[in-house]
Amino acid sequence: MTYRVHVRVMPRTGLLDPQGQAVEHALSALGFAEAGAVRIGRAIQLDLAATSRSDAEARARQMCDKLLANPVTEDYLLEVEES
Amino acid sequence: MLNVAVVRFPGSNCDFDTLRAAETVGANAYVVWHGDTDLRQADAVILPGGFSYGDYLRSGAIARFSPVMQAVQRHAADGGAVLGICNGFQILCEAHLLPGVLMRNAGLHFVSKPVDVTVERTDTPFTGDYAVGQRLRLPVAHGDGRFLAAADTLRMLEAEGRVVLRYVADTEGSPYQPNPNGSAAHIAGIRNAGGNVVGIMPHPERAADPVLGLADGRGFFTSMAAGKPQPSTAKVLSR
Repeated sequence: MTYRVHVRVMPRTGLLDPQGQAVEHALSALGFAEAGAVRIGRAIQLDLAATSRSDAEARARQMCDKLLANPVTEDYLLEVEES
Repeated sequence: MLNVAVVRFPGSNCDFDTLRAAETVGANAYVVWHGDTDLRQADAVILPGGFSYGDYLRSGAIARFSPVMQAVQRHAADGGAVLGICNGFQILCEAHLLPGVLMRNAGLHFVSKPVDVTVERTDTPFTGDYAVGQRLRLPVAHGDGRFLAAADTLRMLEAEGRVVLRYVADTEGSPYQPNPNGSAAHIAGIRNAGGNVVGIMPHPERAADPVLGLADGRGFFTSMAAGKPQPSTAKVLSR
């Protein structure tokens, strides 16, 4: 079975995110003063073969822990769907 | 003669400067390609600056998986001297040879200018020719230089005296701003627990010859050539 994995990697809450701050200032300058707490992360999509959804999720979690996210500064969210 | 392996990754761009700086202190310096697994009896390994693998994903994240890094890991585990400069520092962090991470500069800009740093440890293979507290003027050139680690890791680095270089907090007498990237505790360079692995953001190879306008970095290479780390005074400098 092939599964499609969506990974969302975000800077950990509380850490300085200068990119998010810069975009927040830009939004404000464009008239979107109501926007706040802008944070910039990264989306990764991949397909993988696995015997089950839980197997796919376990493998994807290993990928995140070893490469896709830096455990010192980033958190990630996983979504797995049959493709 | 001291054998110095300079590792060239796709995207390294300070490899020639580093080779030259090592040669000027009499070392037998040579390039090792990232796909190689033999460091050719290297006494010291230098991971030079640049943009290995285009800084894809995170700076240093892909280079960490190069075949040569297994050899570097073994060399480090055996107590061999390893110096990571700029992108090399980022790679050492991603490879978990050093703790922490180098994040996007607080000001978002790529910073390329001389900065003043203080030497805090001379008991490493690369800083033995300096004095504790000595102030150096060295160039930095990076976009991802903001050193960060978990709070307990930062406390451990300070408690164990593992900060090797620190941006000068006091700008008096210096035309350059301190801390160009917002790094935690003004950290510009650290070492591992054994002291044989050192990572620094400034570029000593760009300041290793008077003809370059700055020569304060030459000590990293003369220290390496001397081959014997000098004992540090135990006291950690207060900032």
